Amino acid sequence: METAQLGQIWVYLATNPLLHLTLTLIAYLGGSKLYRMSGMNPLLNPVLIAVIAVVAILSLTGTNYEQYFEGAQFVHFLLGPATVALAIPLYNQIDRVRRSLPALLASIIMGSLSASLSAIGIAWALGAGPVLLATVAPKSVTTPIAMGISDALGGLPSLTAVMVILTGVIGAMLGPPLLNLLRIRDWRARGLAIGVAAHGIGTARAMQVNEVAGAFSGLAMGLNALATAILLPILWSWLFG
Amino acid sequence: MLESLTLLLICQLTGEVVVRFLDIPLPGPVLGMVLLFAGLLIRRGVPKPLQDTAGGLLSHLSLLFVPAGVGVMLHVTRIQDAWLAIGASLVLSTLIAVGVTAGTMILFGRLSGTRDSDGEDR
Repeated sequence: METAQLGQIWVYLATNPLLHLTLTLIAYLGGSKLYRMSGMNPLLNPVLIAVIAVVAILSLTGTNYEQYFEGAQFVHFLLGPATVALAIPLYNQIDRVRRSLPALLASIIMGSLSASLSAIGIAWALGAGPVLLATVAPKSVTTPIAMGISDALGGLPSLTAVMVILTGVIGAMLGPPLLNLLRIRDWRARGLAIGVAAHGIGTARAMQVNEVAGAFSGLAMGLNALATAILLPILWSWLFG
Repeated sequence: MLESLTLLLICQLTGEVVVRFLDIPLPGPVLGMVLLFAGLLIRRGVPKPLQDTAGGLLSHLSLLFVPAGVGVMLHVTRIQDAWLAIGASLVLSTLIAVGVTAGTMILFGRLSGTRDSDGEDR
C-alpha cells in the first residue's frame, strides 16, 4: 500500500518540471560548495560536479534526457538574457577596452583560428571522420552559436553542445595554471585568453577572480563567437571543399 | 528588477528577430548584447537596477550550462568510440588557444609599449 503510494508520488514528480529543476539547482549548489570548500580548486569545477551528479541520478532513476530537460529548460533559457547582460561588465570596462582595441581584435582573431584549426588538426590526426571534425571544430564558441556552426558544417549540434561544455570546463581548469606557467599576469590578456578558449564557463570563473579579467573574458567570448561564425565556414570550405 | 529583466529580454528578442530577418550567422543573444552595449554607450551609464539584475544573473552564469552539459548522456557511445580523438583535441586545442590569445595580446602590448594591471590566480 505504502509503496504503491510512493510509486504514485514518483509518477507525479517524474512528469513535473519541478523535480528536475530543483535537482539541477541542488546539484549546482552542492558543486559550488565543494568548489569553495576546496579553496576554489579548478579541478572541482562546479559545472563538472553538477553534471556528473545529475547524470548519475538520472541513470539510477532510469530518467531520460528529454524528461530531465522538461524541468531544466527553465535554467537553460536564462543563457540568452545572461549573454545579453554581458554588455554591462563590458561597458564598465569601456576605457580599458578602448585603449587596447587593436591588440584585442588581433588576439581574438588569432585565438579563434588557433582554437578551431588545432581542434580539427588533432582530431583528424587521431582518425576522426568528417562528421566528428565538424562537431568538434566550433567547441570554443558559446553553446547556441557553436550548435549553429556545427549544423552548418555537417556536424551533430547536440554533441557539439557537450563538446562546448567540456571545453569550458577544461579551459577553466587548465587555463589559469597555463597562464601562470607562461608568466602572463596582465588581467586583460588572461581574461581574453580564457574567454576565447573557454567561453561562458571560463568567463564565469574569470568574473569570480577579477573584474577586469571577467569583462575582457565576456568581450572575448562575444567577439570570438562573431569571428568564428564568420571565419570557420570559410576555413572549412577551403580545407574540405 | 522586473524592468531590467524585461529590457534584457527585449534586447535578446530584437537580436533574434534581426538575425533571422537579415540572415546573419550569429546567435540572437550575441546581437542583443551588442544592442544593449550600444544603448549604454548612448545613455553614458548603467542604471543601478540593471547593474544589480545583470550582476545577479552573471554571478551564477555557470549554473546555466548544466542542462546542456547533462546532454552528454545522449552521446555516451559516440564519445566512447572516439574518446582519444575527442579528448586530445579538446584538451590540446584549448591550451593552444589560451596560449596563442594571451601571447598575441602580450606581444601587441610590448610593441605599443602599453602595460596594464597585473594579476595571478591559480
